[in-house]
Amino acid sequence: MATVQYETHEHDVIVIGAGGAGLRAAIEAAAQGVSVGLVCKSLLGKAHTVMAEGGIAAALGNVWPEDNWQVHFRDTMKGGRMVNNWRMAQLHAQEAPERVLELERWGALFDRTKDGLISQRDFGGHRYARLAHVGDRTGLEMIRTLQYHGIHQGIDVYMECKIERLTKDGDRVSGAFGYWRNSGEFVLFKAKAVVLATGGIGKAWKITSNSWEYTGDGQSLALWAGADLIDMEFVQFHPTHMVWPPSVAGLLVTEGVRGDGGTLKNKQGERFMFNHIPDLYKGETADNIEEAERWYTDKKNNRRTPDLLPRDIVARAIRAEVKAGRGSPHGGVFLDIASRRPADYIRKRLPSMYHQFKELADVDITKEPMEVGPAQHYVMGGVRVDADSTAATVPGLFAAGEAAGGMHGSNRLGGNSLSDLLVFGRRAGLHAALYAKNLGGRLNVDAGHVQAIARETLEPFNRTAGENPYAIQADLQDTMQNLVGIIRTEEELKEALKKIEALKARARKVGGGGGRTYNPGWHTALDLKSLLTVAECCAMAALERKESRGGHTREDHPYSDDTWGTVNVVLSQRDGVTSLRREPLPKMPDELKALLQERT
Amino acid sequence: MPTYTMRVFRGDPGGGEFKDYRVETGEGMVVLDVIHRIQATEAPDLACRWNCKAGKCGSCSAEINGKPRLMCMTRMNLFEEGETISVAPIRTFPLIRDLVTDVSYNYEKAKQVPPLRLKPPDPDGKYRMMQEDVDRAQEFHKCIECFLCQDVCHVIRDHEEHKPKFAGPRFFIKIAGLAMHPLDTVDRTKWVGTHAGVGLCNITKCCTEVCPEHIHITDNGIIPMKERMADNVDPVVWLLRKFRGAKGKQPA
Repeated sequence: MATVQYETHEHDVIVIGAGGAGLRAAIEAAAQGVSVGLVCKSLLGKAHTVMAEGGIAAALGNVWPEDNWQVHFRDTMKGGRMVNNWRMAQLHAQEAPERVLELERWGALFDRTKDGLISQRDFGGHRYARLAHVGDRTGLEMIRTLQYHGIHQGIDVYMECKIERLTKDGDRVSGAFGYWRNSGEFVLFKAKAVVLATGGIGKAWKITSNSWEYTGDGQSLALWAGADLIDMEFVQFHPTHMVWPPSVAGLLVTEGVRGDGGTLKNKQGERFMFNHIPDLYKGETADNIEEAERWYTDKKNNRRTPDLLPRDIVARAIRAEVKAGRGSPHGGVFLDIASRRPADYIRKRLPSMYHQFKELADVDITKEPMEVGPAQHYVMGGVRVDADSTAATVPGLFAAGEAAGGMHGSNRLGGNSLSDLLVFGRRAGLHAALYAKNLGGRLNVDAGHVQAIARETLEPFNRTAGENPYAIQADLQDTMQNLVGIIRTEEELKEALKKIEALKARARKVGGGGGRTYNPGWHTALDLKSLLTVAECCAMAALERKESRGGHTREDHPYSDDTWGTVNVVLSQRDGVTSLRREPLPKMPDELKALLQERT
Repeated sequence: MPTYTMRVFRGDPGGGEFKDYRVETGEGMVVLDVIHRIQATEAPDLACRWNCKAGKCGSCSAEINGKPRLMCMTRMNLFEEGETISVAPIRTFPLIRDLVTDVSYNYEKAKQVPPLRLKPPDPDGKYRMMQEDVDRAQEFHKCIECFLCQDVCHVIRDHEEHKPKFAGPRFFIKIAGLAMHPLDTVDRTKWVGTHAGVGLCNITKCCTEVCPEHIHITDNGIIPMKERMADNVDPVVWLLRKFRGAKGKQPA
């Protein structure tokens, strides 16, 4: 068989993914004086972080001096229903403020308080107004700041490059092999340490806010290299995406709309969230409209509006209203800020949304309510990591951001993602660099392994009459949407696994027309492997967890179960076969437990 | 549902041609949806860049009926039913394939811009900035780097020889954003002339017209920059001043 040619680059640390986590990791690794390569599937600055709207959660205490890391820690654990990795939640709450201030030092211009400090806005599940923001384009500000800081740090950036597989030297990760999307030519990155910062898995669902890039690359690369994944059953369905009109259907509506005064109503005009307050949140949630209204201006003496309950609760409530026949004409509910806040205020707080809806749909969000419903948005699960170092269970492999699991438990609070990217992106870069420095010497890459990956990557071209990759992807999206959605049952999950098995067989016969130069059909065909891997992991873990918790709701096991509240579902793969086991959660120290007992 | 003929450029640096695809559209679709439909049904290898499909990432720039636009923000109901709609790659940058071009010029220019250097914080270690001061720079921070302004700027589009010395509108507003950062201490005035070539811009406002974020690239970015750096050296500024008076500034 002909030998496949490829170019080789060598770095101490390779970071895969250039969103918030990847950029922050690369910057930190470079600051440690090691050689860093940053590989991204798209152009630099286009990663999914750019779409984040509402803000970065950090207990800066600029608006509410009572806020501190302890309260943020408590809110995060509670939002995750206590199955978070406590140490990650602690580090996150402690370090987020410094990471935000660091962005400011690197040029980010956040909206200000009257005193000239970074302003903070209300979001679901956060006791105090906590989100540093720039209108509703916080993600854009964050990625641009990191990008323009990063390009002066001596990092080599490899754009539009897709990693297909990690390579190993014995037990250790020794590099990453992939192809240039522009040319279809192969490239090997030799590295002592690899940071996965590839984001989520949303392209496995039909209705998702995620872009084409979210095909579970990092989770799959880790699994295939022998690392563990955890919590893959926990998938976040963000409650508010547009369902009408069609030109904006599927677009995310930031939680900031509710943080800034918007409320959810059913077709009878009822603020239905008052009927969906779970016991866990009764103590801190207003049970009447008057108190909820007072809370916007007096947070000390009033409890929070139920419109700002955590996302899983709101998503299930919307689904229940629609199911009971109280939904909007197009199968959602109404989100009303137009009648509650002045037009100028809305335009100032939500400028991108105003602009986007006006241009795409002639919808004026300052004048009429929006019709919204849930869509897949985020995966809480991911690569199992050590909290302090972000090290995966394979030496030399690190993971941060959405690709990593544990930080958010069963449900992520809004705003905790951008802060997660910064806190653990930095830690990943730091520890990957330290690991690479300590390792010394050089690692080997098995040339035979590389040749095998390359040949597999070219296989679709040998099957010109093969299956259409887009059709397989669409069928998987239907399967996950219908059978592994917000509400799950044993029967449907088993059905999903059967269908995924059949789709895997079809994917092995996927074809591809055209050549190797910038060929999206071929790229889609290759991404199927990881997409099917993470879909299977999600369905398997969801079948295993026989309870309801956060982003995992089982109709046949509708309540949370204390026994399940003490374990993670851990997935691993040997010889291509995925297996799963339960492992106890890390034990939380008593002083942190005490923080969780405090009243609201 | 209305059917359109999409005349899409297919080709590579070796050559290419427009190819027609008859596509049935659904309500609310944008040009990018139609391109995706063509990929899924007729031409899986049709090359196009995209990410967010929400007008936020600036990846899907193309020339639609000759006009530089984002495919994800161009609604199909802008066009008459049965109309033939041409979709071509942005012309200013070297073609890779179909609708994808090599925009690395922009990433090279980005590296050359002298970065921010903040003044020291207040004695308590904090930075304070007033919202109204931040607002001015925030306008330029809205840029999604779609490079449509670069595409349409004739200094780059029609004059290959200018490329080494000319940064283009995207980077003029990047520089303007840095200059308007309330805490920045770097003076880039001279650099803008010698290295970014702002003098080559003769303020035709093509860039402003195509900006999907409606940033006032010319009025709020380029003109104040020219006024600051050139004083009476730049003939365009000289003319402008003559017409508008020395203090003349256009409202945002």
